[in-house]
Amino acid sequence: MVAIPKESWTGKIKEVVFGATADEGGTRDRRLLLGGETTLPFLSFEGRVSRPVIGMEVIDTVGEDYPHMIIDEFGDLIRDPVAWAHACVYTYGADFICLKLLSTNPEEDNVSAEDAAALVSTMLVQVKAPLIIQGSGDYEKDARVMELCGNAAKGERCLLAKAEQDNYKSIAVAATASGHVIVAFSNIDVNIAKQINIMLTEFGVPLDDIVIDPLMAGIGFGVEYAYSAMERIKLAALTGDKMLQCPMIADITTAWSAKEAYRADAKLGDEKERAVFWEVASALAALMSGANAIILRHPRSVAITRKVVDELMG
Amino acid sequence: MAMPMTALDIFKLLAKKNCGECGVPTCLAFAMMLANKQTELSKCPYVSPEASQQLESTSLPPMRTVTIGDFDIGGETELFRHDKKFINQTAYAVVIEDRLDNAAIIERAKKFDAMKFERIGIISGVDSIAIKSTGHAQRFAEAVQLVQDNSALPFVLMSNDPQVIEAGLKLVSKAKPLIYSGTVHNCAAMAKLAKQYACPLAISSDDVDELIELSEVAKSEGVDDVVLDLNLGNQTLHNVLEWLTVLRRLSVRKLFRPLGYPIMINLDNGADIEAQAVTAAIGTMKYASLIIFGDLDPARLYPLATLRTNIYTDPQALIQVNPGLYEIGKPNRRSPVIVTANFSLTYFTVASDIEASKVPAYLLVVDTEGLSVMTAFAADKFTPETIAEALEQSKVADKVDHRKLTIPGMIAMMKMKLEDLTGWEVIVGVKDSSGLPKYLKEIAKG
Repeated sequence: MVAIPKESWTGKIKEVVFGATADEGGTRDRRLLLGGETTLPFLSFEGRVSRPVIGMEVIDTVGEDYPHMIIDEFGDLIRDPVAWAHACVYTYGADFICLKLLSTNPEEDNVSAEDAAALVSTMLVQVKAPLIIQGSGDYEKDARVMELCGNAAKGERCLLAKAEQDNYKSIAVAATASGHVIVAFSNIDVNIAKQINIMLTEFGVPLDDIVIDPLMAGIGFGVEYAYSAMERIKLAALTGDKMLQCPMIADITTAWSAKEAYRADAKLGDEKERAVFWEVASALAALMSGANAIILRHPRSVAITRKVVDELMG
Repeated sequence: MAMPMTALDIFKLLAKKNCGECGVPTCLAFAMMLANKQTELSKCPYVSPEASQQLESTSLPPMRTVTIGDFDIGGETELFRHDKKFINQTAYAVVIEDRLDNAAIIERAKKFDAMKFERIGIISGVDSIAIKSTGHAQRFAEAVQLVQDNSALPFVLMSNDPQVIEAGLKLVSKAKPLIYSGTVHNCAAMAKLAKQYACPLAISSDDVDELIELSEVAKSEGVDDVVLDLNLGNQTLHNVLEWLTVLRRLSVRKLFRPLGYPIMINLDNGADIEAQAVTAAIGTMKYASLIIFGDLDPARLYPLATLRTNIYTDPQALIQVNPGLYEIGKPNRRSPVIVTANFSLTYFTVASDIEASKVPAYLLVVDTEGLSVMTAFAADKFTPETIAEALEQSKVADKVDHRKLTIPGMIAMMKMKLEDLTGWEVIVGVKDSSGLPKYLKEIAKG
């Protein structure tokens, strides 16, 4: 008998609770556990593994550059974020929703933080899955949006996204005031991922309230950098780097940045099949490199990826 | 990880005769060359069998490189690509069964031969055709001939019957097909064929210990080029990932010789194309060197081949796009001309942000040796001179009526110098590419 080589890692990924049910003072219909593993993804023969969760993207106002393939898929729902999210959870089985409040951007529609918070409130009533509240990326506006939206979702243990080096304080304040988790964003850079966690903890945020977003890039668009950054973060965590022992989230919708994924081109095969597999393959890269939560766009990608995760969990 | 032997360790095991028959004057010099893998132990006529055994186990690479036709698989040394480049990318083969009629065989051979794509200068696609026998040597030979006549791709010859395999080998052994496969029932006979025709041999078993025995059978028959098949194609994804990881660790970390060969997955199991493609994507990232598909279409192969190219790039090398003038959208004579660096992530980001703006533009990609804008600027690779030269070479002046050049906001300081050199009006653009859509829309409005 050949001896099966097993690694015994010294570190463990923290288990972050995402979503609060009635027991925890929230109104979500489920709580998701992100992380908690003691080895690399799905290698249950040598340690504890954790099931990655699959969420779907919902955007408050879809821009004109949004892929038509997705607009066609959801039809009129895409103009109504609550109905869209409802379908994601109750028709397509998303574990959670990532609500992107892009229209709050002062350079776009400049929707007010109050209106964004009203949308979050309605969303929480209509859709009971855990929620990520993501700002537009405008630091100044996001501070206000996160404050009001976080408050509207008080006690629901949402994820607030994204805390970066230059705006982490405002996100951290909003999250701690209302009991949410922080998504700490870094741009495919292990050192910055660690740095931002150090800054957040120095600011008083416990590591149990942090999820790392190391920026997932889709295939053909730098997936190899993202893959290696995530793998390095996970390995550093498993070998004892406490500051990186937070679960990771990967937004796979970046896969749609590659127009080649879905433009009509007979030589590249049916564009619908190609687009879905492009997203699925990008999701697999995130899962293989250690993502604990992924965000997808196409309902079929969700169905396929869920089946794959079931099988990988064994 | 087992440490490689130093020259001194090796020297201690040599005969120390300094005879020079190996072509090197002293045994120490020979030992140094061995340690650097610049020579082979077999060149020493006086090495003892014990020393030979000890040296062989440390001087061999952890995983053998196996050549099938015109490509190599295996030769891997790492578990994680950030440590060092994965060496030989996962090869993709697709099955053609000899029970198909001739027209169908020809059609599939042509289809898979043509199923390749060029993407940023790299051509990637189907690497091999696996011809699968229904058990009749003559029909198999016909099928092999048909495929050979209609495709330039290397072969995998699939049968459990050595006679069938030999019928194929007689036709195409010079093309170094992979013999698939030696099993517990036929391994010695298959290994003899592999030796006789100098072709690589795949060995198959569900059981890892049995696979080790087969590997020893192949070795005892003098076959060095072996590919391992643990019948993972019929396993759950959980087991596929676990076994691929275990086998890779055994070869590159434990230097376990009987399994020091590339691993393959045979997906010709009746699963739909999508399920096969999912397994293949996982296998491409996690340690499969060869994947045989029952079937494959461009909609799955194009993303897979892209993923494969990405995963097998050298993490230490910067990824570059070819310098030159790129058209984003359909630019006309009034479209803006925008300058950027040739680091691939920079290019992709800028190109995608221009595309998002819906404002067609010329993107002038300057050769910054793969460095991003600020790094290249700091390293003197992105200077008024290099930009002026790129502008000149691009001949974009013939394509637009204006003389306005937009440079990245981060290098605003070179505006004057660049204007002097080119005679163009230099516009300082946005500092971050994400601001491009807004910026371009404003430009378009005038």
